[in-house]
Amino acid sequence: MDFFGPVLDGFGTVLDPTNLLYCLLGVVIGMLIGVLPGLGPAATIAILLPLTYGVEPVTAIIMLAGIFYGAQYGGTITSVLLRLPGEASSVVTVFDGYVMAKQGRAGTALGIAAIGSFIGGTIAIVGLTFLAPLVASFALDFGPPEYTALALLGILLVATISGGSKIKAIIAAALGLFLATVGRDGFTGAERFTFGNLSLADGIDFVPIAMGLFGVGEILYNLEERHRAVSAPLKVANVWPRRQDLKQASGAIGRGSVLGFFLGILPGGGATISSLASYALEKKTAKDPTRFGKGAIEGVAGPETANNAAATSSFIPLLTLGIPANATMAIIFGALLIQGVTPGPQLISNDPELFWGVVNSMYIGNILLLIMSIPLIGVFVRILRIRAAILAPITALITLLGAYTIRNSMFDVMLVVMFGAVGYLMKKFGFEPGPLVLAFVLGSLLESNLRRSLLVLEGDPSGFLSRPISATLLVVFVFVAVWPMIKSAIDQRKNRLVAVQAVKEKENA
Amino acid sequence: MQAKHVERPPVPAAPRAESGPVQPEDDSSPEALTPEELAAQWEAEAPEPAGPVANLASSLVVLALGCAGMALSVGLGLGTPAAPSAGMWPFIVTLIAAVMAVVQLIVGRRGGQDGEKFSAMSWYTVIGFATLILMVVLMPLIGFEIPALLLCFVWMRWLGGERWRSAALYSVLVVVAFYAIFIAALGTTIPRLF
Repeated sequence: MDFFGPVLDGFGTVLDPTNLLYCLLGVVIGMLIGVLPGLGPAATIAILLPLTYGVEPVTAIIMLAGIFYGAQYGGTITSVLLRLPGEASSVVTVFDGYVMAKQGRAGTALGIAAIGSFIGGTIAIVGLTFLAPLVASFALDFGPPEYTALALLGILLVATISGGSKIKAIIAAALGLFLATVGRDGFTGAERFTFGNLSLADGIDFVPIAMGLFGVGEILYNLEERHRAVSAPLKVANVWPRRQDLKQASGAIGRGSVLGFFLGILPGGGATISSLASYALEKKTAKDPTRFGKGAIEGVAGPETANNAAATSSFIPLLTLGIPANATMAIIFGALLIQGVTPGPQLISNDPELFWGVVNSMYIGNILLLIMSIPLIGVFVRILRIRAAILAPITALITLLGAYTIRNSMFDVMLVVMFGAVGYLMKKFGFEPGPLVLAFVLGSLLESNLRRSLLVLEGDPSGFLSRPISATLLVVFVFVAVWPMIKSAIDQRKNRLVAVQAVKEKENA
Repeated sequence: MQAKHVERPPVPAAPRAESGPVQPEDDSSPEALTPEELAAQWEAEAPEPAGPVANLASSLVVLALGCAGMALSVGLGLGTPAAPSAGMWPFIVTLIAAVMAVVQLIVGRRGGQDGEKFSAMSWYTVIGFATLILMVVLMPLIGFEIPALLLCFVWMRWLGGERWRSAALYSVLVVVAFYAIFIAALGTTIPRLF
């Protein structure tokens, strides 16, 4: 019972009424902001970070879990009702979800997405409960060289797996690593790149960067893009899926849960890949694949289940290795650091109450999401009917005033606005903000471990290769660095094949 | 009350599939049906990539930043691999950025597929940014109410195309709501007039 004792204690923490209330608050606010067109989960969590300040760590983390799930589901709502995916992982939901909405089955699509997300998330949490301690115990032996290699690999994976230019993503990551060096050097005490500015002496805070790049950056971008907007959202009726719908979707939900869990553990965009993979799998296993794209309920249930399962299992590398797998996880990582929690292999053994509190708060977040989403869908539809012209200044004010309340500092607010401009310009010039934020979060960890390794290895870089784990990680690092070139060659061949297939399909039709 | 922001970009009507799935209703806006058509339509609606000039400019900015960072890092002292000094790590990082900028300069000389061209609508972002800066500057001097009111009004009236009356009404409502939440209910110390 050694194992289950702390797990069950964690439930005690989570079920405390205050914590439940905060979780509920998180889910609702997360959905409210996440449903605003153009704001994906990363932006939503960034904007809402100030909410978790001044609350006890466990409560704050539970609230974060709520915000996380709420924000994810907010993206699904816009996919189905507006044909606007909140983020890459709900793009495939648009294919069948929006068609279902046009057929008057929007409620069914949203309902099955909520149920699928709940099941996928729950299965992934159960998996996490058993797998996380294993990974963590394995990682306990990691020394500075292993951490250096792991952090390098994590940054590279996120940079190369994101869409768009790989070179630009690496530049963004380098920029993030550089920003992390601003402030006093922990080893020598030298002031770096502060230019005598006292506010910079302690380094740049994570929150203004995240709020600026993701929050204000998106808001500014949407000011420009709004003219592309959008018909009114479709009507929603009968939210509870019929028994027949549930039966039809159950296979997709089951497959999506397993697929999503395993793909989500891999670093770099797990949720997106798993939603695509699930859609492809459903289409392949269906008796009548032509129904897909015409309102097939499996086309919504499978991907939505898979992306939630993946989003949950991507907590495994974060909580056990201290390596966030994607931009959203990087923001959660930053939020945990602010609460004084350093995710890593020691977390389970040193602070089991907190660790299992975090894990179990996901169950609660998931259940509350299911309970809240269905009755609240009417409210969200009403929010979607409010014109963007009115919502935009409200989100801008929430972000600015929220940024001020963190430390009562106008300097922070100025940083948020400045990084907002940087985020907007990055987007216009084809640089993804995700790798920057991730690299910034990992920057000081990477630098201190690299310097410690060099001290241990007496300045001999080949020492990294004499240790089996760091050597393996570095080999993978090199492989990932070269992979895009191999992959583009394969893709070209595949494209040709797909083109041929499409021609054949047309002939058959 | 209708906003006038609906300047739809000319969307080429998506080619309809011959098998003709269920899709009557409004014919005013062409609705793509299959995932392939939808992807094609998104592609058509997507803004143009930023192009070669933008690539040149952004690569040069990164290169300049990288070189400046390297110079400053050298100033901090690099140390030796066995005993790295404060400037070593920033030097490596800025070196990577500079090298990658040169690579991008060459690889992307024809523009590539990424980024987006600036359009006339980009002025909206400039105006929006200016109001945000104005708000940050004015807030410590005269409190958040008047700057917030101005920001809301500018964003709603000119950036959002609301009418005068509704923009004024909603701006006041929003500021009152923020006052109620942040000052009255949460008791934060945001600089304020009243």
